[in-house]
Amino acid sequence: MIQTRTSARMTSRLVASILALACIAHTPACAESVLRVAMTAGDIPDWTGQPDQGFEGYRFVGWSLYDALINWDLSRSDREAGLTPGLATKWTIDPANNKRWLIELRKGVKFHDGCDLNADLVVWNIQRLVDDKTQGFHPVHYARHRVRTVNVDHAEKVDDGTVAIFTKTPDSLMPYNLSVWYMISKCAVEKASFDYAQYAKMPAGTGPYKFDRIVPRERLELVKNGDYWNPKRVPKHDRLVLIPMPEATTRAAALLAGQVDFVEAPSPDTIPRLKSSGMNVITLPYPHNWHYQLNFVDPPFNDVRVRRAANHAMNRDEMVQMLGGIAQPGYAIYTPTSKLYGNPVKYEYDIKKATALLKEAGCYPCAVTLAISTSGSGQMQPLPMNELVKAQLEAVGFKVKLEVMDWNALLDVAIKGREKYPQYNAINISRATQDPLNGLLRFVMKQQWSPGGGNWGWYFNQEIEDLVAEAMRSFDDEIRDITLSKVHEIASREAIMLFVTHDLNPRALSPKVKGFVQAQSWFQDLTPIEIAN
Amino acid sequence: MWLYAARRILYAVPIAIGVTVICFCLVFLAPGDPIQMLLPPDASQQDVEYLKKLYGFDQPIPIQYFKWLVRAASGDLGVSLQTNRPVFDEVTRALSNTVIISFGAVMLAFSLAFVLGTIAGYYAGRPIDRIVTGISVVGVSVPNYWLGIVLIIVFAVELGILPATGMGSKGSDDFSLRNWAQFKYAILPIITMSMVPLGIIMRSTRSAVAEVLAYDFVQTLRAKGLRELAVLRHAVSNALPQILAVMGLQFGYLVGGSILIETIFTWPGTGFLLSKAILTRDIPVLQGAILVLALCFVATNLVVDLIQTAVDPRIKRA
Repeated sequence: MIQTRTSARMTSRLVASILALACIAHTPACAESVLRVAMTAGDIPDWTGQPDQGFEGYRFVGWSLYDALINWDLSRSDREAGLTPGLATKWTIDPANNKRWLIELRKGVKFHDGCDLNADLVVWNIQRLVDDKTQGFHPVHYARHRVRTVNVDHAEKVDDGTVAIFTKTPDSLMPYNLSVWYMISKCAVEKASFDYAQYAKMPAGTGPYKFDRIVPRERLELVKNGDYWNPKRVPKHDRLVLIPMPEATTRAAALLAGQVDFVEAPSPDTIPRLKSSGMNVITLPYPHNWHYQLNFVDPPFNDVRVRRAANHAMNRDEMVQMLGGIAQPGYAIYTPTSKLYGNPVKYEYDIKKATALLKEAGCYPCAVTLAISTSGSGQMQPLPMNELVKAQLEAVGFKVKLEVMDWNALLDVAIKGREKYPQYNAINISRATQDPLNGLLRFVMKQQWSPGGGNWGWYFNQEIEDLVAEAMRSFDDEIRDITLSKVHEIASREAIMLFVTHDLNPRALSPKVKGFVQAQSWFQDLTPIEIAN
Repeated sequence: MWLYAARRILYAVPIAIGVTVICFCLVFLAPGDPIQMLLPPDASQQDVEYLKKLYGFDQPIPIQYFKWLVRAASGDLGVSLQTNRPVFDEVTRALSNTVIISFGAVMLAFSLAFVLGTIAGYYAGRPIDRIVTGISVVGVSVPNYWLGIVLIIVFAVELGILPATGMGSKGSDDFSLRNWAQFKYAILPIITMSMVPLGIIMRSTRSAVAEVLAYDFVQTLRAKGLRELAVLRHAVSNALPQILAVMGLQFGYLVGGSILIETIFTWPGTGFLLSKAILTRDIPVLQGAILVLALCFVATNLVVDLIQTAVDPRIKRA
């Protein structure tokens, strides 16, 4: 028996020695495993704390280098991703003060530079994004995160392991805002003399990857953080290379040529070729909504009959077909897999009904002007899609004028609102709907009327106002979600948008990529990926 | 000669300023806002105003421009609104990447175009002329973004002998034309980029050479018994100033980068940089890049003028 054990030990040592020698010789036995990702972004997302480039920046850079107090559970595909403990192990509302959230911090977490996570650091991380007098305040980070900080009053330390966050009004949705609020190392920022250009050369978070090198505008290379606090998310590859590649054809070619292993958003026309070459093309519903926000003050969309007519005019299956199946029909703000979906009205494709509604509303033909963009974050393929929408609307009696502009100009229209741009009856800007405030409430609350918020066309409904107030004061998640489902149902009944489609988040993977679990989320976890030889 | 060069350099100053003024005005005339790209679509107008004030975009445009100009005169092109990196670094890095492919395209296009254009001019009206003219028409007419994609599909995807995109496994930091493993990344962009100048210069060379060959002095040379090669040499010498002028312009265009080609090949050059800056209204990058490119264009033209003087002493510059 002893002899057998000794022999086994000797064998294992021999194997280890052979592997070590192989490593010295740089043979594939110990070659670094590298995951190369082609992003749709035109540039490397900002890696100094609050990423830019939309949610793609959060997906690839944010969740790789950093953690938030509350993370997203991206470990499964069979349901919409929800919140999960991150650097906080517990978050509760103070029973004595419904504007005070108590956050219990995870113990023993270290940043990549060796500094400890503690209450002081978390308070600084919150204050640096809400208070321009805090050392380390950065206007760009402030701007990017502003929609999620606007209701935060301040934060303070309760004890070494607990932080209190005070909101201006009761806010049951605050955990969602905390879920994209990354914690950066104050030590590293101090070492850089609070200069983020210097910090960019040695950023430090707590995430599953550490910064290794950057070639500006070309590639960001991260390496595995073997000491990551969550052993389940220690990367199964050694290096992650993020490459901006805005042209869809180029991404597909790069994958086919073996230059990258993982590409975002292949265009529909390249998918058959990718599949025939053995690439794994995956799609899954996620909280995305491709729709039009409407002007509720001016005719014709101030009349619910016209809004319903527009929705009945949509042949969503035709749209899905045109997109090569990488979308699903959109009948409401949320996808049916969302917990907030409820039981909305389903506006089936019905030309006769749509025309009848227009005639009943006295708007036939019904002239509308839609502001659209040529490209933009989450906009899918805006030009052909808008052309199809135009054709479908005109088939029932609308007379549609498309005002085409670039993404920045459309953002200007969106931010300044219908009052500044009354010539537009609707705007086409896709939205992420994974948190209820940004996905649903911004479009229906009076408090969010533009230019102070996301309710571009000034929708107002007292029933919704009451439900929103109730939801914000409801700190039981299940009860709150039931209330929010009611809001979703009313929004659908009132046809507050022209619902068209939901993207199916296509991505293509080399056959070498194993173990990726696509989550129903804008964010994804790359750590389980193994690269086969 | 030196006086002439100095005068031309002085002329470059108002040209560069004029270009930046026009560009500044165009950026502000376009709808949209530089600050909006820093903010999410749901940002409030108050936040937009706050940041405008912080970055000085709330001031009148002439004041903004004047402040930028004063800083630029001292070599400070500011900091990118989007990346927080110095504009000078951004522009020089992009320019050096573009120069790699534009210089390659210049070498390829100029040499081929010069030889083929001369042959076509010499054999004007004959089948070889028609073939060369056909090639030049193709060069000018083929959309380079289409050609780029076709080349990628053929050489990278189907044949697998050249890479599809980028500047190598380590990016532009370690890029070297002397290393074949890296140089091959530049081949497809160079070929794509060379097509338009190839067509234009070929056509210009052909007409210039054909035109000179019809001059009386060529008949005199032939009457004096010069061999055809010597006649052609004289004809080319006379046509050269005209050809050089076209070459200079083409080189200037190439240094400006190509948004389409650089986007298709993910080549991080000036075209790629400018397109990003335009879409995000990154005014400091836009201004810095245009200023530098305008100066490059002026410098290129100056060099071409000086070369023209050298090859044809009849052209008096000063």
